[in-house]
Amino acid sequence: MNRLIIWYGELLTQKKLIKRGALFLGPGMLWLLIFLVLPGLILVLVSFAGRGAYGEMVWEYSFDNYKRLMGYGIFGWTPDYLVILLRSVWVALVTTGLSVVLSYPLCFFIARKPERTRYVWLMMVIIPFWTNMVIRTYSWFLILAPELPFAKLAAYFKIISPGMALYPSAFAVYLGMVSMFLPFVALPLFSSIERLDWTLVEAAQDLYSSNLRIFMHAILPQTLPGLSVGIILSFVPAMGMFVVPDLLGGAKYMLVGNLIQQQFGTSRDWAFGAAISMGLMILTMFSLYLYRRKNKGMELL
Amino acid sequence: MRKLNLAVNTMALGTMAFLYLPLIAVAFFSVNNTKYGLAWKGFTLNWYLQLFQNEVILQAAWNTLILAVVSTSISTVLGTALAIGMDRFPWPKKMNTVFDLVLHLPVIIPDIILAAALVVAFGFLRGISSFFEPGLFSMIVGHITFQVAFVALVVRSRLVSIGKDVEEAARDLYATTPYLLWNVTLPLLMPGIVAGAMLAFTLSLDDFVISFFTAGPDSVTLPLYIFAAVRRVVTPQIHALSTLVLLATILLVGVMERFTRKKNTP
Repeated sequence: MNRLIIWYGELLTQKKLIKRGALFLGPGMLWLLIFLVLPGLILVLVSFAGRGAYGEMVWEYSFDNYKRLMGYGIFGWTPDYLVILLRSVWVALVTTGLSVVLSYPLCFFIARKPERTRYVWLMMVIIPFWTNMVIRTYSWFLILAPELPFAKLAAYFKIISPGMALYPSAFAVYLGMVSMFLPFVALPLFSSIERLDWTLVEAAQDLYSSNLRIFMHAILPQTLPGLSVGIILSFVPAMGMFVVPDLLGGAKYMLVGNLIQQQFGTSRDWAFGAAISMGLMILTMFSLYLYRRKNKGMELL
Repeated sequence: MRKLNLAVNTMALGTMAFLYLPLIAVAFFSVNNTKYGLAWKGFTLNWYLQLFQNEVILQAAWNTLILAVVSTSISTVLGTALAIGMDRFPWPKKMNTVFDLVLHLPVIIPDIILAAALVVAFGFLRGISSFFEPGLFSMIVGHITFQVAFVALVVRSRLVSIGKDVEEAARDLYATTPYLLWNVTLPLLMPGIVAGAMLAFTLSLDDFVISFFTAGPDSVTLPLYIFAAVRRVVTPQIHALSTLVLLATILLVGVMERFTRKKNTP
């Protein structure tokens, strides 16, 4: 430890250097340890605790919360919680998928604009990205209101009864989710598409390749880095989303985020809330792992 | 090929409409002269004027600003020091991996889990100090926790891109550590620090989940106020407030973009 070293033009002992490094790194790391790592560990512990009669925590360790999440209750087995968990994965998948499908044309469109107007168009995608999610979600109330043509059209085709709004419904949740997460996919994707080597696409065209093959072999591999970041950026938060299903889905289309929020809010069952959070965490980690394994050798984040 | 072009353009414009139609609707109905319904009854700025007489909304705006300014200042200092500490010192490889993992945690875990963990942790800390009652203090702590990571990541990428040559040259010329830091490293880092701070500020304004879980009755911020209001009834006043928040966002994004673009292109 007391070895003398030359570190970027300075001669000093290793001990001194490490001490100085710790001085820089210490406060920030300590903060993250106290308010991120430690609370995370406490959350794991709490997920094994119980709930008292008044919503206080009881320190009796058991797997009861996890059993309850799996559907085993006092009245036998019900799939309610499992349905909500699986639905969250499904909604996140559909949201991400639709966002990817819509993002490609959007990015091509922007990338082909002349440099002057390109950044204006790009800004148009960045602004929703940064707009508060509560505002972006409730703004759909207006579009889906009974007075407007969309709801009237749906009423005409007898999908909803006349005079009703299109929300709360599963449809409204998907609408809100896709509009929420589309910029999360489009922005990283754009950075890849902007650097796309179009000569490869031209070569494929010269060789009479079909449009589908051009996309699969000349465009997709080149845009994978941006696409991957986009998929992760939308899939992970989409699974834990609770504002959109709360406002646009109501009790009709609950997701795991609502379930967690309920435990920390009205139900006051922190231990169960912690267990659901762990469930969400495991789902998140598992899907990241699956995704990584399928796309080996890809650099994420 | 022309057919394909047309399809791409139509889809792209459709997507843009899909992103903006709801927001435009909010702005449109914020100047509509009727309290109920969506029929157009003429232009008015009444709803905006009423906002400035509403004590609750003014207080919420103030809370939002205080929260963003305080948490951004603290997290910028912590995050910058953290980035320098991680990048400029010879840590063993294993330690570096651990640091990296901790730094990426707030980025990859869903924010609702961070919020749940904070609620539980604050619940315990309340036994030690009343500071951790739900309220502005807890919210500031929560916001700093995710901001630090983002600031550190942005500043670190700048540290990597400026390289160590200039600092080494300064050392060769007998610069002391404080002198080096103050006159060489920090000025070179400034664009990264400002970009990180702006990111942190925007993240704080944009956050809903962490605030929702850690807020107390006296620390309502604008997003929380809007959420509570629209769950009851949507009023033109809320449209006006949302439009103002939207305009502030556009302004902030414009400044942020201009700044980062200028510095990135040599």
